[in-house]
Amino acid sequence: MKNRLNNRLGLGGWLGGGRYGVDRYAYAFHRLTGLGILAYFIMHIFVTGMRVGGQEEWERTMAFFNAPVFKAGEFLVFLAFIFHAVNGIRLVIVELACGIGRPHVPAYPYTNSTMRQRPFVVAVMILAALLMITGGVDFYFMLN
Amino acid sequence: MRESRLWFWHILSAIVIVFLLGAHMGTMHMNTILNSLGLGSADPVDSVEVFRRSASPVFLVAYIVLLGSALFHGLYGLRSMLFELSLSKSVEKTIGGLCAFAGFALFGYGTYVAIVVYRMHGVQP
Amino acid sequence: MSDSKAAPTVVFEVLRFHPEKDKAPYLQQYSVPVTRGMTVLEGLTWIKEHIDSTLVWRSSCRMGICGSCGMFINGVPRLACNNQISHLHSDRISVKPLPNFEIIRDLVPDLESLFDRHRSVKPYLIRKDSHEQHHPVGEYFQSHQELINYIQFAYCIKCGLCLAACPTAATSDKFIGPQSLTQAWRYTIDSRDEGAGERAEQLYSSHGVYRCHFAGTCSQVCPKGVDPALAIQLAKKEAFVRAFGIRKQRRAARVAPPVENWVRNRDIPAPPTPTIEKSRA
Repeated sequence: MKNRLNNRLGLGGWLGGGRYGVDRYAYAFHRLTGLGILAYFIMHIFVTGMRVGGQEEWERTMAFFNAPVFKAGEFLVFLAFIFHAVNGIRLVIVELACGIGRPHVPAYPYTNSTMRQRPFVVAVMILAALLMITGGVDFYFMLN
Repeated sequence: MRESRLWFWHILSAIVIVFLLGAHMGTMHMNTILNSLGLGSADPVDSVEVFRRSASPVFLVAYIVLLGSALFHGLYGLRSMLFELSLSKSVEKTIGGLCAFAGFALFGYGTYVAIVVYRMHGVQP
Repeated sequence: MSDSKAAPTVVFEVLRFHPEKDKAPYLQQYSVPVTRGMTVLEGLTWIKEHIDSTLVWRSSCRMGICGSCGMFINGVPRLACNNQISHLHSDRISVKPLPNFEIIRDLVPDLESLFDRHRSVKPYLIRKDSHEQHHPVGEYFQSHQELINYIQFAYCIKCGLCLAACPTAATSDKFIGPQSLTQAWRYTIDSRDEGAGERAEQLYSSHGVYRCHFAGTCSQVCPKGVDPALAIQLAKKEAFVRAFGIRKQRRAARVAPPVENWVRNRDIPAPPTPTIEKSRA
């Protein structure tokens, strides 16, 4: 009887957006950036904890993290934060059922809440891109 | 409902984080632009600058609020993802316990650091 | 269409699996001549009639009502009967069983897990007065707006497409899922229902609405316009406003009293006399 084949998509199911549309990619990115920011944040608590050792300790720590590889990593965290924050604002709004429409009698052609909040997704991407570009200019081109 | 309450805090902490971490990211990573507009500092990680901020009561409160909100928000998010992995009830309980423990421990450590540095009253330039 | 005029053909790439013969599923290709208006389901029927009688799938009504023929067609869960081949704009049609369900054979998913979850949310009206519920004497009052609040979610045909598209369901076998959460909400918001408290245990559990993060694909693939994502977000919002005491608990609809001294509307003709005698049992 139990000779069934498991067909659960697994992690690929939430990581890959497939042919579903932009919201699904926003969903995957939101989780990935969230995990990245959390990992950085926990390290950040310990790195800034070096202040307890006084000014010299702090300056030594900052000199160590001044290497280009850490700067690039920091910039990635900055980009992740921007996406996570801007998309997060959209999620707070739509997950509290604002801007996704009201129940109605479905009549063909059907509309749905995902498409009704699509303009938010576009706005999120434009706003995130603008902030990322501004941050990038500040980060890399305005050092002096 | 317990899960409802946790989720409300997840949403409320998100709103706090957007403002506080937004300000933090702005001063740290958009410093050149902000400074040219007469806001913030040109080198926010300079030690004198860092210890001056750490000695301010406003920053002390903001640090602790941000620390708590971000830890809750991040660890609840992590717990959410792990709860979606078809784990057994006991493993889920362990994950919940570990997340809570990690949250309280990191919050304790971060608060300790913030208070110690606050009481240093800055450093000499 | 006459045989002399060559019909355009498409290639059906079908996932095959026989639990007693195959260790792993494999893809098999069939060339199918397409006629105007031909659906994917008709394509499969053509294969079964002309090429391979061992191909297995489940279907019934052929008109998007029964919800039997949900399949993973060209990377998106769809009803095979509801989608014309020409509308897929491809000469290769990939047909696989619905993901996130176990495969019984070929294109037949085991929907038992869906029905189990559906049952778990008590998808029926619950009244505190159980005697009244089991021995009804009249209908309940309900306004048009109260009907609108849930009627969309009552259109669900339990085809399982939303679960196949859901990213949470892809990893979690405990998530109650868009279909069942929507049904939980459909009865909770029904003005005739008093079972909100019983259903809240499931709806707001650690595998309930809060495991939805609005990827929105359930609503996009729903063939009946049910919009599960909307129902789930409404359930979250309800809990949120209740927690802050913004909205008060509503009272359940009353039973309409029997109509006394009624007079037939003259414009409505009397019913015809019964052709069989009424049972007196």
